[in-house]
Amino acid sequence: MNIVLIFLITIFSVSLFFYGRSKTKSISIEKNIRLNALPKFYGYYLVLWCSIPALVFLLVWSLFEPVIIKSIIIETAANQGAIFNDKNEANLIYEKIKAIHLGTYFGDIDSILKESALAYAKFINLFTNSKVVLIFGIIIASVIYSLKKIKNNNKARDDVEVILKGLLFVSSLIAILTTLGIIFSLLFESIKFFSVINIFDYLFGTNWSPQRAFVRDASSITVAELEELKDAFGFIPLIAGTSFIAFIAMLVAVPIGLFSGIYMAEYASIKVRRISKPIIEILAGIPTVVYGFFAALTVGPFFRQVGENFGLTVSSESALAAGLIMGIMIIPYVSSLSDDVINSVPQSLRDGSYAVGATKSETIKQVVIPAALPGIIGSVLLAVSRAIGETMIVVMAAGLAANLTINPLESTTTITTQIVMILVGDQEFDSPKTQSAFALGLTLFIATLILNYIAQRAVKKYREKYD
Amino acid sequence: MTKEERLKKRHRAEKRFRFYGLASILVALLFVVILVQNIFSKGSSAFKKTVITTEIFFDQDLLEIQNGASQEEIMEADFYDVMIENLIKAYPAKDRAEEDELLKLFSGDAEIEIKKAFLKDNNLLGKTITLDLTASDDIDQLHKGNYPRELPEERRRISDFQLVIYDYFVENKKISKNFNNYFFNNGDSRDPEIAGIGGALVGSFYSILICLLLAFPVAVLASIYLEEFAPKNKITDFIEININNLAAVPSIVYGLLALQILLATIQLPRSTPLVAGITLALMTLPRIIIPCRASLKAVPPSIREGALAVGASKFQSVFHHVVPLALPGTLSGTIIGLAQALGETAPLILIGMVAFVVDIPSSPVDPSSSLPVQVYLWSESAERGFVEKTSATIMMLLSFLIVMNFIAVYLRQKFEKRWN
Repeated sequence: MNIVLIFLITIFSVSLFFYGRSKTKSISIEKNIRLNALPKFYGYYLVLWCSIPALVFLLVWSLFEPVIIKSIIIETAANQGAIFNDKNEANLIYEKIKAIHLGTYFGDIDSILKESALAYAKFINLFTNSKVVLIFGIIIASVIYSLKKIKNNNKARDDVEVILKGLLFVSSLIAILTTLGIIFSLLFESIKFFSVINIFDYLFGTNWSPQRAFVRDASSITVAELEELKDAFGFIPLIAGTSFIAFIAMLVAVPIGLFSGIYMAEYASIKVRRISKPIIEILAGIPTVVYGFFAALTVGPFFRQVGENFGLTVSSESALAAGLIMGIMIIPYVSSLSDDVINSVPQSLRDGSYAVGATKSETIKQVVIPAALPGIIGSVLLAVSRAIGETMIVVMAAGLAANLTINPLESTTTITTQIVMILVGDQEFDSPKTQSAFALGLTLFIATLILNYIAQRAVKKYREKYD
Repeated sequence: MTKEERLKKRHRAEKRFRFYGLASILVALLFVVILVQNIFSKGSSAFKKTVITTEIFFDQDLLEIQNGASQEEIMEADFYDVMIENLIKAYPAKDRAEEDELLKLFSGDAEIEIKKAFLKDNNLLGKTITLDLTASDDIDQLHKGNYPRELPEERRRISDFQLVIYDYFVENKKISKNFNNYFFNNGDSRDPEIAGIGGALVGSFYSILICLLLAFPVAVLASIYLEEFAPKNKITDFIEININNLAAVPSIVYGLLALQILLATIQLPRSTPLVAGITLALMTLPRIIIPCRASLKAVPPSIREGALAVGASKFQSVFHHVVPLALPGTLSGTIIGLAQALGETAPLILIGMVAFVVDIPSSPVDPSSSLPVQVYLWSESAERGFVEKTSATIMMLLSFLIVMNFIAVYLRQKFEKRWN
């Protein structure tokens, strides 16, 4: 249906374009008036008026129609005596009704369901009909309005440009809408979560075992259950595991990345640089799931084998394997940013150092790096924020159980792993377990935001200093 | 310490420092080589499958159909008995247990393969043909040399009886390796020998197509606005900060966004390329806007001024002159953004693309998987045969990424104007 409507709108618009163009052309010749714009702009003007309002309406309508129909149908089903205790059961009944309507339901159909399916068909019909009528109404109204404007020989080019500029502005607003969407969706569930679990129990609890939270409904939680839940959602083990793995990753990435950045900026010939820089950047382009696979199937078992030879027990999902591979993934982030930063240190500083007899490495260590330090720190912070937000490597190679440990050979878990574990498979709506994933997401979002903010400020401040 | 000694020491330090730099670059390069080598050595065998050449006699009594039976009758007919009879005739089994083991040498789809051969040629009733039947995962891995046969029998998945028959196959050249058409055509399966990435390929294609259709126009329009039209004010600053921040938000957060807004609120269908495409579009949008703006910025002001000087409006100067000149950079930025989206896994897991989907999606609103998610799913499976399948999927994924990146680099080098 929607595709047909979009097709019709397109056809209308295209024909209106040719109509508007030829009409204005012939009028200008006939009556010998000088038009305020080229004839084609009158055509564009009609096209914009014909299509934009109708398409926007169609989009908004399509977004809200299913939600509204669903709530109406569930209500009618309830009025007819259907019994459901929570949202999940209501959803199930709604799906059944829909399937009956489509003829794809093969279970028993009682009278309530039958009636509801009929009501569903009625509403779908009503909504579709009114949608079509309204869209045609909108098209007719806007076309009449724009034709009237054209008659007055308006400045069609300027008007078209104003509308298009509005379109450009709206496109740039999508970024803000996305941010709002993220904040809204994270906050919405997190607030529900923190209304059950005390925020301090969450932030300072030392025990994370959400599988204990098999609560059917957050609104009817009993006191005993609440006591039980209180120390199921402790954040400390997760932040400890996340920081620990990120720390191992930085131990790998910072020295290797920094040294390769320095080498490329200060020592490498143009030829070496042109070959090695893209190859190192391949590391950032490889999908993280590939690293995860490599860490879980090759590096983890390899470490365990090596550990056995030395008489150590190494878990095959060790923090060491995940951290090491994550560190390698992050090398290019450190190396190319520090390369850039070092390149923008003014040559005069180096020349001054050479003039008093310092060797190249002494100049780098004592002049270039101190001068570039804020930028380097910024790039390291950006890398840290990548490391704590990284998901697939830790999901596949780190482990699931929340251990508070600083032994890199044991398995630990991270924030992102827990989000994935909680939300994979069937989720119960409105259970603290599901909501806790959003609380974790919010925590992660805030943490990376702060790190990025500091890092960007540092890099920017540094750039300004030497520009 | 004399002067000379000190100088020598300083020069040694210099050499050491330089060596550290070179060594770190080499370590990074070495890792690229190890990773690629590891994946390729594990995965390349997955492009071949093991087949067993078997003679099949189509017994009319067992099939219970007449000559010239209709398509439906053949589909209904039981080819299982035909298969068993033919196998037992060729390789005598002592008892039921051995019969089962004999059957387990072939893939679960062997019966369907026989049926397909019969459907192709309707005159086969009462005749004998030679068919290449797909071997089971265990035999496949054994034949490819990935399975140790030296283990004692109770620790092996393949029994001694099966090994005897396998050796007989090898001796009589009845076992061979063919091109693995299943790997490219089939959807997911619990049996490695018939599991394929067909569904994942189609799912990834739809997701990336939707992502491109949504993200590219919006990103180009937004960057044109910000670079060419936006007044310098608080709103513009706010939009810019927002875009920079969004580019650094962990991808899993976009998964949570999609779960809450697209699935729970708007109620789009779960596990579908449609939702995946929208999620990836939101995620890649800022990552495309940033290079788009850079390439617009690189167009020198003289172009704009020239256009304005001969009477073009601001709009005409931008759309007729600046945008076409910036297009190569814009396109290559978009392709790199899409390449990142193609490899993205975490948000797709959250929107339910980890569901076990056997069918190949026929539209963007059918449940489906995608290439990186398929890698994740198979890497969690215990069967040995999935290791090579996973590696081969990674090889496919990496080759797509390499092609996309080459196109991006080519576009930039071939068409982009240098201004100074």
